[in-house]
Amino acid sequence: MGESAPRKDAPAKVTGRAQFVDDLTLPEMLYGVTVRSTVARGRIQRIRFDPAFEWDECVIVRAEDIPGRNVVPLIADDQPCLAGQVVNHAEEPVLLIAHEDRHMAESARRRVKVEYERLPGVYSIDAALRADAGAPFKSYTVAKGNVEEGFRRAKWVVEGEYETGAQEQLYIEPQGVLAVASPREGVTVWGSMQCPYYVQRALAAVFGLPEEMIRVVQCETGGGFGGKEEYPSMIAAHAALLAWKSRRPVKIIYDRAEDIAATTKRHPSRTRHRTGVAPDGTLTAMEIDFTLDGGAYCTLSPVVLSRGTIHAGGPYRCDNVRISSRAVATNHPPHGAFRGFGAPQSIFAMERHMDRIAKTIGMDPAELRRRNFLRQGDTTATGQVIRERVELPALLERALAESRWEEKRRTFAVTNGNGNVRRGMGIAAFMHGAGFTGSGERHLRSQVAVEATAEGKARVLASSCEMGQGSKTVLCQIAAEALGTKLEDVEIAQPDTAEVPDSGPTVASRTSMVVGKLVESAARDLRRTLDQSGLLEGRTFSEACRELVKRRGGFKSWSRYQPPPGQWWDDDRYSGDAYGTYSWAVQVAEVAVDLVTYETSVTAFVSAQEVGRVLNPALAEGQVEGGVAQGIGLALYEKVVYDKGRVVNSQMTNYIMPAPGDLPPIRSIFLETPYEFGPGGAKGLGELPIDGPAPAILNAVEDATGAAVARIPMTPEDLLDALERTHE
Amino acid sequence: MSDQVELLLQVNGAARRVEAWPLERLLDVLRHGLGLKGTKEGCGEGECGSCVVIMDGKLVVSCLVPALEADGSSITTIEGLGGEAGLDSMQQAFVDEGAAQCGFCTPGMIMAANALCQGGRTMDHASIREGLAGNLCRCTGYMKILAAVRKAGGARP
Ligand code: FES
Ligand code: FES
Repeated sequence: MGESAPRKDAPAKVTGRAQFVDDLTLPEMLYGVTVRSTVARGRIQRIRFDPAFEWDECVIVRAEDIPGRNVVPLIADDQPCLAGQVVNHAEEPVLLIAHEDRHMAESARRRVKVEYERLPGVYSIDAALRADAGAPFKSYTVAKGNVEEGFRRAKWVVEGEYETGAQEQLYIEPQGVLAVASPREGVTVWGSMQCPYYVQRALAAVFGLPEEMIRVVQCETGGGFGGKEEYPSMIAAHAALLAWKSRRPVKIIYDRAEDIAATTKRHPSRTRHRTGVAPDGTLTAMEIDFTLDGGAYCTLSPVVLSRGTIHAGGPYRCDNVRISSRAVATNHPPHGAFRGFGAPQSIFAMERHMDRIAKTIGMDPAELRRRNFLRQGDTTATGQVIRERVELPALLERALAESRWEEKRRTFAVTNGNGNVRRGMGIAAFMHGAGFTGSGERHLRSQVAVEATAEGKARVLASSCEMGQGSKTVLCQIAAEALGTKLEDVEIAQPDTAEVPDSGPTVASRTSMVVGKLVESAARDLRRTLDQSGLLEGRTFSEACRELVKRRGGFKSWSRYQPPPGQWWDDDRYSGDAYGTYSWAVQVAEVAVDLVTYETSVTAFVSAQEVGRVLNPALAEGQVEGGVAQGIGLALYEKVVYDKGRVVNSQMTNYIMPAPGDLPPIRSIFLETPYEFGPGGAKGLGELPIDGPAPAILNAVEDATGAAVARIPMTPEDLLDALERTHE
Repeated sequence: MSDQVELLLQVNGAARRVEAWPLERLLDVLRHGLGLKGTKEGCGEGECGSCVVIMDGKLVVSCLVPALEADGSSITTIEGLGGEAGLDSMQQAFVDEGAAQCGFCTPGMIMAANALCQGGRTMDHASIREGLAGNLCRCTGYMKILAAVRKAGGARP
């Protein structure tokens, strides 16, 4: 480990042979489509089928055809699989159609007209917070020390309000599922997904079948980023319902417009900060109010909110903290998981606010952060004692040096007087908790197995899904190291609930650290068995595995999650060790702002992070570069436009993600401090890099132009407005 | 719907006869008609580049080419490059540099990169960025793709 072993899946991917769900077909297969609501809130009055169409060639499924419960079960079980009498958001699934010709299926979809009695909807956080709107999905309060006392000790009290918009995951492979289903055989689905066992649980509820009768297989998955965490359960249920009724295989593949308009996005947010600052720049009190727009159904909002809340105070020491937060219900399509999971939203606010504080008190933004970084032995807002060495000061120095912070700022101070381009530099410092929050991992009780195969390999069995991040390769590397053998001797099963145990969902930067640790211990166990039985004497590893299988008729070693010793968490008081450990980072953005077009481009980017031991440097860099790219999109390009709760820019022509020419060189630096409880010393990495780019960039824009923009995405129009306000 | 029409194409060096609906796209003919699933559909509107192939020597966005227009043409898809046993130099560079993450943009990216590197020009990152402007990747941030293209491009005869 610690080497950039080539990806196991690379040869299939570069030759076009990797099989994504849309590459699969089965004999007699039908194509499924979804009729969706065209209004955000309303009562269904009537459904009209165009009489000129041959409806007998179609299979149609409505809510009353569902054999089990009409629900996509997750946290609150409030989201129907198909709308019954009412719809609560635009693009809510109302009816399903399948046809053997995909063009005809699409044409059938267009010939169904659903009539609604429209009802008033809620389309903003403000409207949702008004007294007459419903209760929030979830709220939290985190409290430490005495905030009033902290404000009394402050020389300055700095306030600010910050907002972030929705963001589309925009995996390049649209969502899709292929299903076969019958009462006798049960249900089998193949799909693009991150969490096969979530899909299994959802299908068991929808069909009223025991989980053993539901088989879920993950296909090669063309990016997920959280977008394929919960929504595939919905699509799988739809495809399987059509298959159940038609007794034929059914495939549903979303087109891009449907995928953008209907599936989940990053929760929009609003954060208010009030911070007390002592004469030396240290923080004496932090009062934070954080709100997420959850959309029309609960989905994952409580856990997204929880992560956003816990990260809202940034990586700073402060004795007096109060954080209040809530996820409110609106009539937007439900918001859901997206890389970072609430943290990029609250960290955007915290890191923009740090620059506001720096400006108010006249201190260099790097110095302000340096003075306030958490240190070993400090406690976070939830009362967690940081037991590890915190490398933030070193990360800051490396990031500043690498970006040539001092020198560039001096140069820009001179050159910014001339011409139409203004240049600036901005910092963001942050941490990201790895794995599930609080008692989450304990409840999941993930399991992994490593088996010896008759072909002489060790085979990892886990439900973790490869979706580009390199998990197949990293988990095999971890197993190979624990087994003391070559990477070629190790393989990994494609996630299939009929074959692999539930090692939890592929989310929360938990795969390398949490699942990897289980792989390590199961692999060590297999190694011990080989050693103790003397099979390795005079045999290669591969021969020993073959011999083991021959003698014992197969061999599997299992491992199950154990929390690191001493970890405590109180779910009711929301205090304790929110995460087993944190990864830490400092990022620096350099921008150029064109004063003619008001366009901002990021001209250089440095990301310095401490993620424990780096298991595979090339994959780790790939995660950082990809995460930073999405963070740049979040800051400057990616704007979801709603009209009364409907997404109106549901195409790649009008929802703009960064193209090759829009991105700067991204430089990643890793400081490695091995983490005692991670496999080979590793911590989580996947989400960390998307937390910082947006605040770093907007801080840099302020450095360049003086315009203090507090909302992302920041379009050229937003910048123009802000500049006009600054000059008034 | 009107009747299917028969098209005659040279695909990856072999003559292929295929039926298509008049309104279908070259992308449909390749994926459904000919079962060449390596060419991907990411957007269906010419924005993402996952569907690009070479048609009569030129890079085309196959989701925007009407099938009828492709009649009589010669097409190269990702399946026409090296197989897993004998990767072409661009495919090999993508493997070596870790330029494929989820792999969905990869076939289109490799086709576009090969078209860009024809003639063996050595390019700097800025000109590769410009040359690949029509190909989107959500996973990589493009850095490793640039490195791969640079490596393979420089190695071309
Ligand atoms: S599918 Fe053709 S460009 Fe996106
Ligand atoms: S590798 Fe996933 S989109 Fe490019």
